[in-house]
Amino acid sequence: MIPDDFTYAAPTNLPQVWDLLRQHEGDAKILAGGQSHIPLMKLRLASPAYLIDLRNVPGLTTLAERDGSLIIGAMVTETTLERSPLVRQRYAGIYDASAVVADPIVRNFATVGGNVAHADPANDHPAMLLALRANVTLQGSRGSRTMSLDDFMVDTFETALQGDEVLSEIRVPSPPPQSGSAYIKLERKVGDYAIAAVGAAVTLENGVCSRVGIGLTNVGPKAIRATQAETFLTGKQPDDASIRETARLAADAAQPTTDLHGPADYKRAMVQTLTARVLRLAVQRATAGGGQ
Amino acid sequence: MTTDAAAIGGMGHSVKRKEDARFLRGKGRYIDDIKLPGMLYMDIVRSPYAHANIKSIDASKALALPGVLAVITGKDLDAAGLAWMPTLMSDKQMVLPVDRVVYQAQEVAAVVATERYIAADGVALVEVDYEPLPPVIDPFKALEPDAPLVRPDREAQTNHIWHWESGDKARTDQLFNEAEVTVKEHIYLPRIHVSSIETCGCVASFDKVSGKLTVYMTTQAPHAIRTVYSLVTGIQEHKIRIVSPDIGGGFGGKVPVYPGYVIASVASIQTGLPVKWIEDRSENLQADSFARDYHITAELAAKNDGTMQALRVKTLADHGAFDAAANPSKFPAGLFSIITGSYRLDAAHVEVDGVYTNKPSGGVAYRCSFRVTEAVHTIERMVDTLAQKLQRDPAAVRMQNFIQPDAFPYKSATGWEYDSGNYPAALQKAMEKIDYAGLRREQAEKRARGELMGIGISTFTEIVGAGPSHTFDILGIKMFDSCEIRVHPTGSAIVRIGVQTQGQGHETTFAQIVAEELGLPVENITVEHGDTDTAPYGLGTYASRSTPTAGAATAVAARKIRDKAKKLAGHLLEVSPDDVEWVDYHFQVKGVPGRSVTMKDIAFAAYTNFPPDLEAGLEAVDYYDPPNLTFPFGAYICVVDIDRGTGMVKIRRFVAVDDCGNIINPMIVDGQIHGGLTMGMAPALFEAITYDENGNMQQSNFMDYLLPTAMETPVWETDKTTTPSPHHPFGAKGVGESATVGAPPAIANAVVDALSHLGVTHLDIPITPWKVYQILQEHGAAES
Ligand SMILES: Cc1cc2nc3c(=O)[nH]c(=O)nc-3n(C[C@H](O)[C@H](O)[C@H](O)COP(=O)(O)OP(=O)(O)OC[C@H]3O[C@@H](n4cnc5c(N)ncnc54)[C@H](O)[C@@H]3O)c2cc1C
Repeated sequence: MIPDDFTYAAPTNLPQVWDLLRQHEGDAKILAGGQSHIPLMKLRLASPAYLIDLRNVPGLTTLAERDGSLIIGAMVTETTLERSPLVRQRYAGIYDASAVVADPIVRNFATVGGNVAHADPANDHPAMLLALRANVTLQGSRGSRTMSLDDFMVDTFETALQGDEVLSEIRVPSPPPQSGSAYIKLERKVGDYAIAAVGAAVTLENGVCSRVGIGLTNVGPKAIRATQAETFLTGKQPDDASIRETARLAADAAQPTTDLHGPADYKRAMVQTLTARVLRLAVQRATAGGGQ
Repeated sequence: MTTDAAAIGGMGHSVKRKEDARFLRGKGRYIDDIKLPGMLYMDIVRSPYAHANIKSIDASKALALPGVLAVITGKDLDAAGLAWMPTLMSDKQMVLPVDRVVYQAQEVAAVVATERYIAADGVALVEVDYEPLPPVIDPFKALEPDAPLVRPDREAQTNHIWHWESGDKARTDQLFNEAEVTVKEHIYLPRIHVSSIETCGCVASFDKVSGKLTVYMTTQAPHAIRTVYSLVTGIQEHKIRIVSPDIGGGFGGKVPVYPGYVIASVASIQTGLPVKWIEDRSENLQADSFARDYHITAELAAKNDGTMQALRVKTLADHGAFDAAANPSKFPAGLFSIITGSYRLDAAHVEVDGVYTNKPSGGVAYRCSFRVTEAVHTIERMVDTLAQKLQRDPAAVRMQNFIQPDAFPYKSATGWEYDSGNYPAALQKAMEKIDYAGLRREQAEKRARGELMGIGISTFTEIVGAGPSHTFDILGIKMFDSCEIRVHPTGSAIVRIGVQTQGQGHETTFAQIVAEELGLPVENITVEHGDTDTAPYGLGTYASRSTPTAGAATAVAARKIRDKAKKLAGHLLEVSPDDVEWVDYHFQVKGVPGRSVTMKDIAFAAYTNFPPDLEAGLEAVDYYDPPNLTFPFGAYICVVDIDRGTGMVKIRRFVAVDDCGNIINPMIVDGQIHGGLTMGMAPALFEAITYDENGNMQQSNFMDYLLPTAMETPVWETDKTTTPSPHHPFGAKGVGESATVGAPPAIANAVVDALSHLGVTHLDIPITPWKVYQILQEHGAAES
């Protein structure tokens, strides 16, 4: 449980971060909350020579609605999200997800940016954010670019970050009226990673689903968006039959493998159970009016 | 004169724990808090393979790292005759291998350095050339003729270690042949690990001038370890001091001697400097001894009316690469023969075969009183299986077959003499408390609606307090235990005991025993233990033995003091000691309440004003050899709800009625039961250690080895009945493990009960949601 030797730096602005990343290319790692990366280091599964801590870089902790989006700075902690009335009232699915990440001690440190940038299929935020059609902003010495989260999440532990780029913020489109989102995670104990988890976002118009988002956690190499299931439910009333069929299609989209979190068949079945449950909850929240 | 019993704080008082003041303020002193001048650090190179030849070890790069002082290998130890050490079960065990590793994470070499971080870097630089060998992981396959040999060093060229049996085979077989009804189940109790908060470690400090070796060690049995150390190393026993400071959880996992202790001691002797070794969490999980791993086939024979007649059990015990269990020497399968439980049986026959596999040593406790958990799980599951087959209520079948209160002392079919018990009363109390009849009605209604709920019972009998010297020893040392009390002139006292707390609250409860016997306030009594230079010889704390053995010694030693005090009282009261009586925590002249002296007065007189025919001082020692074990028991009822969409089991209610005889401190007993129930729930629903076919352990950290937290823990509803032990000086029985032993089958029985209408008769633990879900799916009972 003792890491290899490394050097620690805590620069005070992004250009300094970029410089350090370039100077130690391939041998430097960004440090956010450290709750994913430090465990890897103490097991010597990762041994970067440089750790570049973002804690002193200003401008990465915004949490506000602006220009039709919820802006979540990369360094916003889970605890901050969890305690934000704005998030709880208007982005209930994000609140649900942050509340089931690990335990309160981890959540005090862990950041949303780290949760996404780590690209661990077991992490809880990506699936919910996929369902909500989030975009991410990357900033590097050569400029800034924005892309959909779908494009950002490349593979297990692999993102679209290149060169000296840093993930600076996540943007979640503000929900129109009659929208609801929810996230349900199946775990054997608190602090465990999901057996499976499903995030759903629904917008209703005249009783029909005008927009549907469904994201799956820990049932594939990365967080999965269940596009066929989304398409199926779009334009339909969210009644029992359509929800069941959507859940079945979501289960089809899962690519689970057998591991200590359960056999593949079980995980697939759980995607079905959870999708039905989370859709019902999202629809209920959408119908409840103000609550989204 | 009357005494304020609460101020004395004797038997039955919920005195706050003396040790908590330092624990709550962060002033506990655990091994890793000990820092000695010039101290070095040791870290261990471990095998990535479960089975391999070691072709060579190249330490040159590690030795070249500044700060690394030594790399110790098996060859070095072999030269000193220390490459192997004896286990407590007359087997031997590698300290460091000379040419072969036999389980993954086995110690291969040790790096000694000036800093902990340098030691870890040094470990990464030691180059070991392995030649992998096929491992034997499955104990059944280990017994096949062509299986690779785990232990070619032994004379017997087989993976079979020993065969043990108990009971009357012929009579049992006969009853089975004639039985009206029989039931049979295969029950596997998987490997689990105690996972104490504090991992194992030590600081070994050899003084070159005095030639004395002091080892601060996470051990539950310091004296036994001192003797073993002396026998193995040849160092005179008075030149060895083992100190067990505050211990962050033991549960049986800190009884064995681990290689790290020995290597650190060698390193200190070699360097002449203190050497600290602390395991990290993964090392603790991967390499320290494990519990359970019993493959059990159990059969029960009965009459059609539900009368139980005979029990037949065959077991394969996976002991890993060394038989390093920590049982009394004559009991290779521990006290597994308590398996007839709380029931009248005409006969029983139990067999266990120990097997070597390429895994770390198994067979230490997990808070289980020497294999009693395995026994209780088996019998409590089998009673339910019988009830199910006969379509009878499991509570009724238990009531019908209980050993009746007037039958004690009761000789069991496997030869134990149960001291006392009242099983029907305990079950009755639990049933009333939980409203058993109401729950059965609710279950029927829910079943009609397709909802799944189950009710599980466990009416267990424990066997603790090892043990009487005629049968119980460890490496020949009889399993007595001891106490030494000194009363100071001003009426306070120091009590030293041969057992060692790891959270049980000895510093409080043993003071209470003395307070009760001597009438001195509990706050004026200090309890010391764990240091072999000062404490009397004892076998240590495990298997719920402290109160039955050292607790008894404490009461007897205190009574010896009281006998002497009586003489002093007579002297002070100017009457014959025969005319003095002990009433209400003081001595008075018989029938004259006004003429009395307190123990405080007497203590002063023992040093200032004693009669010419009496020695000065007021102290006593007792080595207590228990006449029998004690047999605590309890009745647990668990209610579970099952989510049909996920297979998740939720414990809705859990009522635990325990009977451990007379209670010293009700608050501490309740704490023991709460913790024990949680630790009983853990293997029932969460914990298990598994290996892949190459012998890679699959749960090497707490991400994969699921320890339940407060969030998973239901509200435990505890209650008690009191049936004193007739042979214990103050009628107490042990209690530390009752709940861990009794709880798992209550939970398993509840889940099976919830699924019994689908034809389910058994589920192995841990009961994972996917096991349950698969059953629901197969029977079309899953939520769709
Ligand atoms: C006991 C425990 C239980 C856990 N359980 C869960 C759980 O149930 N669900 C869950 O979702 N997570 C869980 N986690 C993970 C936790 O939420 C992590 O903190 C999170 O995944 C990563 O966030 P972090 O801020 O700690 O990132 P770090 O560990 O600091 O970084 C993670 C990775 O992301 C990179 N990175 C971080 N920030 C940026 C950035 N702004 N730009 C570019 N790269 C960046 C780092 O270089 C690193 O590679 C658990 C962690 C622990 C210790």
